[in-house]
Amino acid sequence: MDVGPRLAVDIGGTFTDLVLALPDRWLSAKVLTTPEAPERGVLDGTSAILAQAGVAAGDLALVIHGTTLATNALIERKGAKTALVTTAGFRDTLEIAHEHRFEQYDLYMERPEPLVPRPWRYEVPERIAADGAVLLPMDETAVVRIGARLRAEGFGAVAVSFLHAYRNDVHERRAREILSRFIVPELISISSEVCPEIREYERTSTTVANAYVLPLMEGYLRRLQDGLGTMGCAAPLLLMMSSGGITTVETARRFPIRLVESGPAGGAMLAQVLAAANGIDRALAFDMGGTTAKITLIDDQQPQRARQFEIARVARFVKGSGIPVRIPVIDMVEIGAGGGSIVRVDGLGRIAVGPDSAGSRPGPVSYGRGGSLPTVTDADLVLGWIDPARFAGGQITLDAVAAARVVADSVASPLGMELGRAALGITELVTETMASAARIHALENGKETAGRTMIAFGGAAPLHAARLAQKLGIDRVLVPVGAGVGSAHGFLSAPIGYEVVRTRLMALDAFDAALVHALFAAMRAEAEQVVRLGSPEAALHEVRTAYMRYRGQGHEIAVPLPAGPYTADMLYDAFTTTYQALYGRTIPNLAVEVLTWTLALAEMRRLPACLPDVPPAPPPPPAARRRLIDPCTGATVEAEVHDRAVLSAGARVVGPAVIVEAETSTLVPTGFRAGPNAAGHILIERIAR
Amino acid sequence: MSAAPGEIEIQVLWNRLLAVVEEQAQTLVRTAFSTAAREAGDISAGVFDMQGRMLAQAVTGTPGHVNSMARSVRHFLDAFPPATLHDGDVLITNDPWKGTGHLFDLTVVTPIFLEGRAVALFACTTHVVDIGGLGVSAEGRQIYHEGLYIPPMHLARLGIMNEDLLAIVRANVREPVQVVGDIHALAACNETGGRRLRQMMREFDLADLDRIGEEIITRSRRAMGEAVGRLPRGSWSASMTIDGFEGPVTLAATLSLAGDRVLVDYTGTSGLSRYAINCPLCYTEAYTCFAVKAALAPWIPNNTGTLDAVVVTAPENTIVNAPHPAAVYARSVIGHMLPDVVFGCLDQALPLTVPAEGTSSLWNLSLLAGHGLTGTEGTGTRAFNVTTFHSGGAGARPRQDGLSATPFPSGVRAVPVEITEAITPLVIWRKELRAGSGGPGRQRGGLGQRMEIGHRDGAAFAIQARFERGIHPARGRDGGRPGATGRLSLLSGASLGLKGLQVIPAGDRLVVEMPGGGGYGDPLTRHPTAVARDVSYGLIDTAAAERDYGVVICADGLPDPDATARRRAALGQRP
Repeated sequence: MDVGPRLAVDIGGTFTDLVLALPDRWLSAKVLTTPEAPERGVLDGTSAILAQAGVAAGDLALVIHGTTLATNALIERKGAKTALVTTAGFRDTLEIAHEHRFEQYDLYMERPEPLVPRPWRYEVPERIAADGAVLLPMDETAVVRIGARLRAEGFGAVAVSFLHAYRNDVHERRAREILSRFIVPELISISSEVCPEIREYERTSTTVANAYVLPLMEGYLRRLQDGLGTMGCAAPLLLMMSSGGITTVETARRFPIRLVESGPAGGAMLAQVLAAANGIDRALAFDMGGTTAKITLIDDQQPQRARQFEIARVARFVKGSGIPVRIPVIDMVEIGAGGGSIVRVDGLGRIAVGPDSAGSRPGPVSYGRGGSLPTVTDADLVLGWIDPARFAGGQITLDAVAAARVVADSVASPLGMELGRAALGITELVTETMASAARIHALENGKETAGRTMIAFGGAAPLHAARLAQKLGIDRVLVPVGAGVGSAHGFLSAPIGYEVVRTRLMALDAFDAALVHALFAAMRAEAEQVVRLGSPEAALHEVRTAYMRYRGQGHEIAVPLPAGPYTADMLYDAFTTTYQALYGRTIPNLAVEVLTWTLALAEMRRLPACLPDVPPAPPPPPAARRRLIDPCTGATVEAEVHDRAVLSAGARVVGPAVIVEAETSTLVPTGFRAGPNAAGHILIERIAR
Repeated sequence: MSAAPGEIEIQVLWNRLLAVVEEQAQTLVRTAFSTAAREAGDISAGVFDMQGRMLAQAVTGTPGHVNSMARSVRHFLDAFPPATLHDGDVLITNDPWKGTGHLFDLTVVTPIFLEGRAVALFACTTHVVDIGGLGVSAEGRQIYHEGLYIPPMHLARLGIMNEDLLAIVRANVREPVQVVGDIHALAACNETGGRRLRQMMREFDLADLDRIGEEIITRSRRAMGEAVGRLPRGSWSASMTIDGFEGPVTLAATLSLAGDRVLVDYTGTSGLSRYAINCPLCYTEAYTCFAVKAALAPWIPNNTGTLDAVVVTAPENTIVNAPHPAAVYARSVIGHMLPDVVFGCLDQALPLTVPAEGTSSLWNLSLLAGHGLTGTEGTGTRAFNVTTFHSGGAGARPRQDGLSATPFPSGVRAVPVEITEAITPLVIWRKELRAGSGGPGRQRGGLGQRMEIGHRDGAAFAIQARFERGIHPARGRDGGRPGATGRLSLLSGASLGLKGLQVIPAGDRLVVEMPGGGGYGDPLTRHPTAVARDVSYGLIDTAAAERDYGVVICADGLPDPDATARRRAALGQRP
């Protein structure tokens, strides 16, 4: 559809990745992220990649951007001075949370500080009941008094969250109207718009987080647009969302919370396209960068989706230790396992990897930027898996001697192991951690990892993919073209889309077909309004989901619904089919209810057709040979080194071997062979025994 | 990898076993029916060698199963020696003394076979929705009142389910579909664990778990021994008196060291209750061991090596070692208090480590209306019955304030107000921190909550009360002061009792004021800025700042240094 050059920019924790797609080719670049002013890295990188391609900024047809800025503001507590206006008697909801300790054995556990401290939470006498009836009309004079104080005290943003507002928003809307006399209305977020979903803590938390990052994102998006404009770029700017869809700047400004985790979502979108192009029905996307690894399951070319996410966990990767937000997200398991993950020996003499990371500063010891603790990248270097001169496109020359020294001093000596074994122990344990997380994630969704095809991207993934695959019972790994900048590639294939949600508790034995029909019609209209901002004409694709449970259960399952009209029997059948798939059984004679309904609307997108097979071709002579320690046998071997650029389609390299390219290296262990397919993606296959 | 496991393989295998039991537990959490299992993670799962030694246990929401489930496997092996077990056999019990302390907890054990040989046992426990008898009530006087009792027996033989047992279960419980569903879930989660274990053993070419089991247990035992070794030698006693059901209960413990083991003995503890708050010893052991481990070595995974480092004894016929046929349903009321007593001992050996006393026992609200209970039937009011999990304040820590409205030692989660209101006719008018309830101290105790609950239609409803810390508060430590006591009352003013069924008359509202945690350290040494912040946050008032902390707050909300110095001097503190 787009003819002109399109640019995708993904700001990650360590690197900012850029991909420029031209009609006949694409270019990629990696620059270090500039956390203090992220737009600078984006604009510098953009200038560089445009210059390299010989494309003028004015010729760009589209810029798609994903950023961790909102996430970072939440982690670093650098958002606006935010007030919460809530139902009288409930100002502590944000603080009491789930009344839960997320660490069973830790006597010194602390929950995250609420984004809004207690004195900034204002109470309004009002009350809506669970069925939407007004139990207590709103005290409007109280709202006026609060408005005056908010203005006097110079709040930068306001969140309004009343009990049961997902069911009846009349008080929230009226409160916003009144508060708008005192505060710019664009700075007021109301829960019935941001997250119209039951469960007061999550809804309030999401609304507060949205308000908290709103002024900051507004400023950033303006500076970025200005910067691109100054460069001469007049192309529309679209933003990547955590759901895997893209949206306009207008929507991003109202609901900036939907932009968190956009980078990983881009990776999942790339994997989706690759799964289609390569005829993969059951895929496992494995994205490993400098800080974390993410794993997503993709069945029938549809990535697994979810409706909740936790940001800024105080205990990294411990569920329940962060700020919950209920937004549409690509469901992925995130593990504190990246190239920069720090390695320690614990009190039991066990090698422990992560979850903390050395990031880009100071980074691994081998970066020579002041890092003093060993990391996974340092171990990779000791094992001979990385060419120190070619890491991250040659931007950083790695210090192999320093890496060996720190692995020896911090791991090998304390455990009485030789250097190579210690380094292999590090990669084995980090791979084992990722494998365990992947298996649990699959299990939680009633699925298996075995027998899937892995799609590996992100700077550190192609090195660790084959061994991880082996642990997960996976025999095929696809390392796509541009694997080192996978997420940014994914942005280019994401559709413009939007998802809306409504909570209406409905027992199937009291099913109201007309109400459900009206509900979906209203949701469609709301979603369409947003989607049409960015995509005025494209054909649209709608996905409806009901979150259902047996009465008495505390968790709902996502049940895909066909297009309406609906009957109670139809929903019951859809529920039991999904329940059976998840848990392997159903419970007869138990009542079923729907709690929440969602509708996702996106541009109709044709996924690529499956690529043809290519006939086998002889591999070229290796560009070099390198001694390395094989992850699957533990033996020191002489491996062939091949340059990815000169491997032709159909050529098969037999492991042990390394295939190198600018942004990453692919490790082919003993027992595997690998080579490019028709589209140039490397397919690593286990050699049948 | 090679057949003889080297150092890396041992570490990988250990991690894999922990992941296997985590998968086993997750399977159970997601398929179980009872709220306790799903919302509170009131389940456990573990893998054992054929001698009955636990090699790995999932980290779940309840410490109450920590040792008890581990020990139950030995009871099973005594009754059904390994040689008598076959592939496809599954064992079950809910014996409170051989399982996890009350009839609601079903424990299921499955032997796992590889190449025709039994190589491991998987065990799991969950709290089911109902087990017959009196149901969710502490009013039982003997175990016979409390429901169906299943001695250790086969749930399946050679893969065929014991339908006779299932028929008896169906006929005895109020929710047969859900309870039998949970029994299937227990068996299935062991199968999941077993499948993963077999995959692991094939991948690493292991014929048995002897070597890896030995390594896990030896290393954990050694690490635990090192942690115990850091304690000074000696013996320390502590006691705590709580409200009890029919009268005060004293919980007394003496903690001493024998080599690299910690011994905890409960001699001096009160006798049995006539009501169902008695603990079988296995449950006492679980909470005792949890407390010792949390204080000394929280990072060592649970297995036989770690658990054996704590030896728990108590005279029979005390409330912490109740024999058959004592009623035990609400044994958590006592069990949740035991870590406070253990900490009372440990504080003398390890100053500045353990927290002050907290609310500890949960303030769960069991609310109901219906025929014969509230007398409102026939007025168009829906009958309902709902239990929500809630907590008061936890004790202050040596360097941190106590957590407000947070369970300890239990690991439950609360149910959202909006969900409760969607499924019952209740309206929760307030749910907020209870100002002034945290025990004063250099570190303040956690605050309790204040909840105000009414009926949507103004009808009568009732609460099934079994609340602690209504008379005897959570005490402070090291000069810290006690937290506020808890209270139940009507909005119209009258107090309600903290034990047994209490009725809220039509048109009135229930007010629940949950206790606060004890403070830590002399409140006169709390930083004046922290006191001023507590005042500005509305957690204490200015009168309390002056009275309890000796801090005088100016009109601008900041502490007045001179007045504070004078006030603190007058209250007996050096300026």
